[in-house]
Amino acid sequence: MVVGERFDSELSAADVDRVFQALADATRRDIVDRVLQREASVTELAERYTMSFAAVQKHVAVLERASLVTKVRSGREQLVHGNPDMLRLVTRLLDRYEDLWRRRTAAIEDILAEDPPSAPPAPTLAQSVEDTPPPQK
Amino acid sequence: MPLIESKRDVDTLSMTFVAEFDADVERVWQLWEDPRQLERWWGPPTYPATFDSHDFVVGGRSAYHMTGPDGELFRGWWTVDAIDAPHRIEFTDGFADENGEPADFAEPSHGVVTLEEVAGKTRMTVVSTFANAESLEQMLQMGMEEGMREAIGQIDAILASQPVI
Repeated sequence: MVVGERFDSELSAADVDRVFQALADATRRDIVDRVLQREASVTELAERYTMSFAAVQKHVAVLERASLVTKVRSGREQLVHGNPDMLRLVTRLLDRYEDLWRRRTAAIEDILAEDPPSAPPAPTLAQSVEDTPPPQK
Repeated sequence: MPLIESKRDVDTLSMTFVAEFDADVERVWQLWEDPRQLERWWGPPTYPATFDSHDFVVGGRSAYHMTGPDGELFRGWWTVDAIDAPHRIEFTDGFADENGEPADFAEPSHGVVTLEEVAGKTRMTVVSTFANAESLEQMLQMGMEEGMREAIGQIDAILASQPVI
């Protein structure tokens, strides 16, 4: 079901899920951090972790499917580059949710501002009639 | 802006919001407990919420709908998982189909709200956890395209036309 207009026409819900799943692993987050700072070959990356070359290659493939990194052939090596645009899109998604709560918080502030500070609750009409002492004669 | 802190956790798809209000804990609790007050701030301004039922006890269910700019209805529900008035509520929030039954197009989210007194004010902490990114995105598609300025203007207009509850 589609509710409203997609806010990221360039990113489907399945894409977003792939990105979050890719980032849900500490090694993959570390790889993204590294290649955003400086491109690296899979061999160079593999030297930094205790796991096998194949395991690192697998992590890079998951990141590549999520468009968080791209691989570019350079001679005999594959160089891994970070994709800052994708990280920006993920951040934007979370920004939107933060906006929703900022609005809710602002609306709560406005409702609270209607109440006079530390005043007793406003009596209902029926109570105020009962509570009113009879006029003095 | 009363929001004092927000924190995201991409790993668990959860977000934490902390805000402080210049009111006592009981007063802020009413904003969650009283459906007429809750609906004044829960829905985005262009998708105002109406709570058709609101059973604020453990195991209680709420049914609400949000009305879009073209009159289209989007239905949602809450179940209250734990409650400790006026300090803590845990609830599950999901979309519903036209019969009010939980919809299958998005997983529900889980919310934990705590209210505590801090130096004469009330600190409200809301932790929201989503099952997956798609569910978060579904929720965000309602009314999120509007700018902050318009949203605030709309709230002001509503408040100005309503008597104090």
